[in-house]
Amino acid sequence: MLRVSAGRRPATLEVRELWAYRELLYFLAWRDVKVRYKQTVLGAAWAIVQPVATMVVFTLFFGKLAGIPADGAPYPIFVYAGLLPWTFFANAVTASGDSLVANSSLITKVYFPRVLIPGAAVAAGLVDFAISAAVLLIMMPLYAAPMTARMLMAVPLLALTAMAALAFGMLIAALNVRYRDARYAVPFAIQLWMFLTPVIYPVSIVPSRWRWMLFLNPMSGLIQGYRSALLGRAFDLAGLAAAAVITVLMLAWSGFVFRRMERSFADVV
Amino acid sequence: MNAIIRVSDLGKRYRIGNAERHRTLREALAAMAKAPARTMARLCGAAGAPTDHIWALRGLEFELSQGEVVGIIGRNGAGKSTLLKILSRITEPTTGWFELGGRVSSLLEVGTGFHSELSGRENIYLNGAILGMRRREIERKFDEIVAFAEVEKFVDTPLKHYSSGMQARLAFAVAAHLEPDILVVDEVLAVGDLGFQKKCLGKMEDVSRQGRTVLFVSHNMAAIESLCKSCLLLSEGRLAARGTPAEVVHRYIASEIRVDSASRSLINHSGREVNCVALMQSVEIGSADPAGGATVRMGAPVSVRVAFRSDEPLHPYLGVVVKTAQGQNVLTVNNDFLPNFRLDHPVRWGTVVCDFDWMPLMPGTYSLDLYLGTNPYQDIDIIHDAISFEVVPADVFGTGKLPEAAWGMIFWPARWRLEEGEERAAGHPNGG
Repeated sequence: MLRVSAGRRPATLEVRELWAYRELLYFLAWRDVKVRYKQTVLGAAWAIVQPVATMVVFTLFFGKLAGIPADGAPYPIFVYAGLLPWTFFANAVTASGDSLVANSSLITKVYFPRVLIPGAAVAAGLVDFAISAAVLLIMMPLYAAPMTARMLMAVPLLALTAMAALAFGMLIAALNVRYRDARYAVPFAIQLWMFLTPVIYPVSIVPSRWRWMLFLNPMSGLIQGYRSALLGRAFDLAGLAAAAVITVLMLAWSGFVFRRMERSFADVV
Repeated sequence: MNAIIRVSDLGKRYRIGNAERHRTLREALAAMAKAPARTMARLCGAAGAPTDHIWALRGLEFELSQGEVVGIIGRNGAGKSTLLKILSRITEPTTGWFELGGRVSSLLEVGTGFHSELSGRENIYLNGAILGMRRREIERKFDEIVAFAEVEKFVDTPLKHYSSGMQARLAFAVAAHLEPDILVVDEVLAVGDLGFQKKCLGKMEDVSRQGRTVLFVSHNMAAIESLCKSCLLLSEGRLAARGTPAEVVHRYIASEIRVDSASRSLINHSGREVNCVALMQSVEIGSADPAGGATVRMGAPVSVRVAFRSDEPLHPYLGVVVKTAQGQNVLTVNNDFLPNFRLDHPVRWGTVVCDFDWMPLMPGTYSLDLYLGTNPYQDIDIIHDAISFEVVPADVFGTGKLPEAAWGMIFWPARWRLEEGEERAAGHPNGG
């Protein structure tokens, strides 16, 4: 017998339950992907247009006019290697942050582990990531950038990025249920956040004294890691470790907060 | 008995108004600046009992056994939907606990999670997954679902091009193919056309026959009576009654409907025609309805009792006209019409009782005109609209389907049979 009692319950992770609902995660992500570009002319091409156009503009202004260094790599490749994970992260955080409110009709009518909703929003972003990653693979030979075995590191990095996105997305989604401020705060915060992350500039232009502050932002270590993987550079292991630890702690904490708040979602949303 | 659902001291409190809640972060921050400790405590959920709240459910206690089909009735706001939401784990109870002995599927709305941009096929998969079906299970039942919904031709059309009836059919078709141990259903039979509603009721009967437990909220008393084995009545969040559907439905109707009281004095009745001798003293409507009052269930026996008093002894003849609320005569009865009705001797007072084994009246409000006379051709006392009464819906055909007002003024339980035609009799010109 499953017993449900009033009052506090332990905010533990119900792994068995999550596993039982894995197919729903898939279906929700699949729906998000299917629906995203419906009634658009360009369709999935938007997944290419966004980062490519941003890359062109950034290359023009930051690479050429402002002369931001690219650690010796061609600036377009350099910035695209940063934009690719950043765009995924930014879109995933935004989408999952809005996901609970957007799916309020589900929350008030059906039971399933609520974390599937922000989780599916992050997972749906992976499809766009794959499409824009293909563009990078086409660009690299054009700029004579060599493909190396290091590129395989992008896979664990992507997993960490998804975890970071889920950590922030879950937290924002839970807060958004109660306080709709997130709708205004998130796009704005994400914009600022990009400039606090070495997306358009290399870590090396930050004075070494201040670098530790840069790495409090887990996306810094991750983006730097993608660059090392894609441009075939040595990894900054300390930066990666910091990013991994912060991401895992952040995910654990936001998961805890989410579990605590989830019980009132259906009443408040 | 094998309990599959056990509920103890279950309560749910909702806050009303905004006293405790900050809808925007700015308000929360402002409150925190003014009274940091209290606000923190409140945000952490440690605040004392808020003053503005209502108990949607309170102290609920019951057990349901496996395979039981339970109707839940009560007026709006009685807590029916809250109970279903708690049992389907959408929201948590404020007090008490409940236990579930199996997989629960809840159908609180048809087509939960339907997306208008997706095709019928895609929505079947999505909706099925949301309701807790496995992908394999959906694949296996896919054709059956499509056939049940009668949307074969439109499976790959986006849902937005479906009519609302088609959408409802598709949604119910998916839900009807769920195989949970416990099915929780909220007022979803109100969708779709007549034929489809009937199909859904049939499907639900199948579900219960397979030993599943069904909790079923409806305002359709006929459906409750024909589908359920037991019934819970909720009133203001509490369990007001539990019993067989017939008992509980009667009780509910009794508490809900008040027309005239069952009897009425006729001594100074405003409907009495001028120049009449006021012989009729009172009228009483008797029905088997435990609700009492002038409430009559469709098809139930009714008796009209008219008490009279006269200075002169008389042979009372009573005419009773049943009229609709709009004043149209539906039927007239009169003991003078009956050849064998004889009174032994004239009396000065007494009560004339007119028994109807049943009345073929559709639900609605009716009134009676009364004609009392001593002589077949002479009415002495005439009262229009002497008393009114309400006919309430009932499952007269035993099918769960209520007769509809549009069908006509009365219902009739005709007997039917099919005389099968022989092929030869149909007369094929080339049959020879």
